[in-house]
Amino acid sequence: MVVSPSPHVHSGDNIQKNMYGVLIALIPAFIVALYFFRLDALIITACSVLFCMGFEYLIVRFIMKKEPSIFDGSAIITGVLLAFNVPSNLPVWILALGCLFAIGVVKLSFGGLGNNIFNPAIAGRIFLLISFPAQMTTWPSPVTATSVDAVSSATVLGVLKHSPESLPTIMEMFLGIESGSLGEMSAVALLIGLIYLLCKKIITWHIPISIMAVVAIFTGILYIFNPIPMYNPLIHLFSGGLMLGAIFMATDYVTSPMTKRGMLIYGAGIGVITVVIRLWGAYPEGVSFAILLMNAFTPLINNYTTPKRFGEAVKHG
Amino acid sequence: MLKTFRIGGIHPKEYKISAGKAIQPIAIPDQVIVPLSQHIGAPCQPIVKKGDVVKTGTLIGKTVGFVSANIHSPVSGTVLKIDKALDASGYRRDAVYIKVEGDEWEESIDRSKTLVKECILSPKEILEKIAAAGIVGMGGATFPTHVKLTPPPGTKAEVLIVNAVECEPYLTSDHQLMMEKTEEILVSIAIVMKAINTRKAIIGIENNKRDAIEKFTQAAKAYSNIEVVALKVQYPQGGEKQLIDALLKRQVPSGALPVSVGAIVQNVGTMFAIYEAVQKNKPLIERVVTVTGKNMKNPCNVLSRLGIPVSVLIDAAGGLPESTGKVVSGGPMMGKALASTDIPVTKGTSGILIIPTLEAKRKSMKDCIRCAKCVNVCPMGLNPSLLMNLTEYEIWDRAEKNSITDCIECGSCSYTCPADRPLLDYIRLGKGKVNGIIRARKK
Repeated sequence: MVVSPSPHVHSGDNIQKNMYGVLIALIPAFIVALYFFRLDALIITACSVLFCMGFEYLIVRFIMKKEPSIFDGSAIITGVLLAFNVPSNLPVWILALGCLFAIGVVKLSFGGLGNNIFNPAIAGRIFLLISFPAQMTTWPSPVTATSVDAVSSATVLGVLKHSPESLPTIMEMFLGIESGSLGEMSAVALLIGLIYLLCKKIITWHIPISIMAVVAIFTGILYIFNPIPMYNPLIHLFSGGLMLGAIFMATDYVTSPMTKRGMLIYGAGIGVITVVIRLWGAYPEGVSFAILLMNAFTPLINNYTTPKRFGEAVKHG
Repeated sequence: MLKTFRIGGIHPKEYKISAGKAIQPIAIPDQVIVPLSQHIGAPCQPIVKKGDVVKTGTLIGKTVGFVSANIHSPVSGTVLKIDKALDASGYRRDAVYIKVEGDEWEESIDRSKTLVKECILSPKEILEKIAAAGIVGMGGATFPTHVKLTPPPGTKAEVLIVNAVECEPYLTSDHQLMMEKTEEILVSIAIVMKAINTRKAIIGIENNKRDAIEKFTQAAKAYSNIEVVALKVQYPQGGEKQLIDALLKRQVPSGALPVSVGAIVQNVGTMFAIYEAVQKNKPLIERVVTVTGKNMKNPCNVLSRLGIPVSVLIDAAGGLPESTGKVVSGGPMMGKALASTDIPVTKGTSGILIIPTLEAKRKSMKDCIRCAKCVNVCPMGLNPSLLMNLTEYEIWDRAEKNSITDCIECGSCSYTCPADRPLLDYIRLGKGKVNGIIRARKK
């Protein structure tokens, strides 16, 4: 007979369930990517996942000399998210370098799942953006009924910064008929993913909603005083990597705070930094830098925020 | 919307498979082992010796100090010896071994089934009777009831809360007792209200016991100021602080007693024991125990004398299945795993749960992925993952600052952790250590 301390039952929850839950939530965005970029989307995503799993296996097995757990789902998520963050026509060898950096340097050199400070996919994307700026910012137009040929074009945020007269409509942005990285196209597809994650209790609302709210409020205030497209909160919400970042990258368990208060501070920080970079920075897009910066603050935030203690909200009468 | 507590909580699968099974008495075996420590506080001093003849209900262990509870012989017979015996704590502690001969009761005990409603005793006399009968909290905590009903000077309870939550999965002993002894429990509530001079009582029942809610709502109409409240099913609602929060929207501050927010909480099983003690002169010598488990042939609710080995109860439920991996005294969330089935039933044994081999062993732990699920479920608003780390690295000052001593050991964190981390094991250890440090500092 086994004698062990309580509790004697377990919820049956495990790391895989959560990780595969995130992957399921990414399916709508993947379908949109397949619709717009056809085979390219499939190739980039499949290669990215295979590279991430492969590098994780090889490094854990032969360098760290431990039992690899590549099917825990975390390497697959990194692969998918990295693929979603690059243009669909990115050369595969560049993608492979990004995967190696994300898995090898950002994740495993810190000790693997649970121990990394930065989100591997975000850091991988930034690594590629800085190392291969030209390839990383040449987006093909989405293949739609009206434009069958894929030609390179600028993203909404690029247009906003350089030639704001030729913007797509808000509805087009919401649905995803715009230029951009593979998985960031359709806000609506990503929001469906968010609803799934919330229903399955894989994440709580605090991080994604605080990011979106702060971005909307910050740009909204500017828009009231000066209603130009540059300050339009809806454009900022539905374009670029905001939805993808807020829902799937900023909410990475390992690199985000653990307390509700901490999550709100972290989300607000990402929102503010994103808007500042988008409006006044050199890059048209700032979500990934914002997340990376706030990742660095996560241990500090964890240290200075506590959960709401029982007895804190004492009510008499 | 049903009421519930406001911070954290989980909803494990209920598995109340013994619900609705009538309470059956257990035949008394040839020998019983009565531990002298069946409560929180000082163990009793034995007042019998080898060869003494005792009756059912004879006092055999006397309290030492205020926080302690008398122990009576649950059977009639001859004292064989006073010796160490393994109990649910896992330690070998003093117990009275009694050879059973017949079943002759003390004459003072009223064994009739008639309901005695009237109580002309003064509050002081009621409390004295409760203390004499050796009644303790029967939900599992086993804190002496007369102590709980005597709030510190200067404090007063405005409301008596009857804990009929039974939030642990599997357990149905309180539920069945409520169905069979509704009137007795209500009489007892009136008696305790008189004893602690409160005008109001609330019975909190979780919504998975609809029949009990209806029965009590109907029956309580004949009594003044007894309210029945249905609660949302949420663990650990049976925790004293959680129940007060759910019913009164008041949170007991860290380190304070429930009476600081005007409440005294008593378990429904304890209430029945109080009825028997005050109205029938019957000391606490038997209790209702749920004997259950997924692979048990006949999950049931039994009335067992104290001191009977749990193996006898298990046999009554169809015997130990081959697939047994663990035998737990209490519920699956907070119960204690027993090292042997020879361990006797005591005042706090609310259930005997047989866990199959497959579920008995824990999975190996993985690195924390900081998903914060433990933080979200903690009913005390703590950060279990942080407290585990602080304990692992023995950083006691920070553990204290992060309120490790507030932990109620409900196990919601370990239950939830997707990385199978033994959060509560560490926190329990750290809590003990920090409590020790705090005590040493006060000296």
